[in-house]
Amino acid sequence: MEIILALVIGGAFGAVLDRIGASSPNVIGRMLNLTNLKLMKAILLAIGVGSVLMFGGQMLGIVDVGHMSVKTAYLGVFVGGLMLGVGWALAGYCPGTGVVAAGAGRRDAFAFIAGGLLGAAAYMATYPAVKATGLLDAILGGNATLGTIPGTDYPGLTGLPGDTLGILLGLVFVAVAFVLPERIIRKDTRLPAE
Amino acid sequence: MTLDWKTGGLALGLVFFAAVLLVKPIGVSTQFVILDGVLWDAVDPAVVTQTEEGYTATNAYLAKSGGKYAKAVANPLNYSFLFVLAMLLGGAASAWQRGGVGPAERRVPELWKANFGDSPIKRYAAAFAGGFIVLYGARLAGGCTSGHMMSGMMQTAVSGYLFAAGAFAAAVPTALMLYKEEA
Repeated sequence: MEIILALVIGGAFGAVLDRIGASSPNVIGRMLNLTNLKLMKAILLAIGVGSVLMFGGQMLGIVDVGHMSVKTAYLGVFVGGLMLGVGWALAGYCPGTGVVAAGAGRRDAFAFIAGGLLGAAAYMATYPAVKATGLLDAILGGNATLGTIPGTDYPGLTGLPGDTLGILLGLVFVAVAFVLPERIIRKDTRLPAE
Repeated sequence: MTLDWKTGGLALGLVFFAAVLLVKPIGVSTQFVILDGVLWDAVDPAVVTQTEEGYTATNAYLAKSGGKYAKAVANPLNYSFLFVLAMLLGGAASAWQRGGVGPAERRVPELWKANFGDSPIKRYAAAFAGGFIVLYGARLAGGCTSGHMMSGMMQTAVSGYLFAAGAFAAAVPTALMLYKEEA
């Protein structure tokens, strides 16, 4: 059963990433250089929709709280995020969209995946040294959530009810998706100042 | 063709919700490690070994957290690994159904071409280098755009916000520097 779910949900995820343009380096580049934020709006809407449905489902008893999986916060999360950001802008791919783009036949996506496999291997090789730096030591409560979610052991950064807060934040994400302009940098401001 | 952001965002949100409803939050970057492990173990079968309690590995990263990565390397036909293979197939089917990615675009993407020219070698070198930094960073962070940013922020995870802050703080200035020409 899990195998079938992997194929169905994974397949749907790949297809949707293709259809929203997330696997196109052009669309990623235009989002990150702030000239076309439609994909950003889609991502914000998706996070909001997912959050409202998940926490709403939990409150109604439809969604198993045990399916949540909250990752630990440590300084390396931020540093790794910075690294991923540079590579994301350079290649135009993140790990998931690189795989989808390879499926779509983009040749540079295969180069991205090859580089990714080497980068992951480099991390495997350097993991003990990275761990020794303390970059992986938990901060901000470890695997904490912003509120305290009923039925979980995740520490709450605040004592606010985590499920209600999750729905409210989800609605904020949806609202931001709608108010975010489609373009931040105007063409004329990008001309060289001479 | 390409979905407008409202339909696309809604569909993407439903996929993330379906994953956490039926199985667990979506994540991708771990599977690069698992594939590395599978390839490594194929060359040197001593890397991953079965123990009385489960699996372990000679590599400290594969052996961490009670050998859960070592276990996935030993049994790659698991949910998370097949999920990523299915993403590739889903991307392929979707792209094929909308008519495919054109030959010029497959050779060198439009925006890259406008800024750095039509050399495929240069583009592949950049994609390779980008892939290296992305996956090193994702493994250091313990997740990527899917696992940390989307799944994490959806669950109100503090780590997800921390990751997203780092990713955009670096990605936006980098893109502003790289892609000055619009295309």
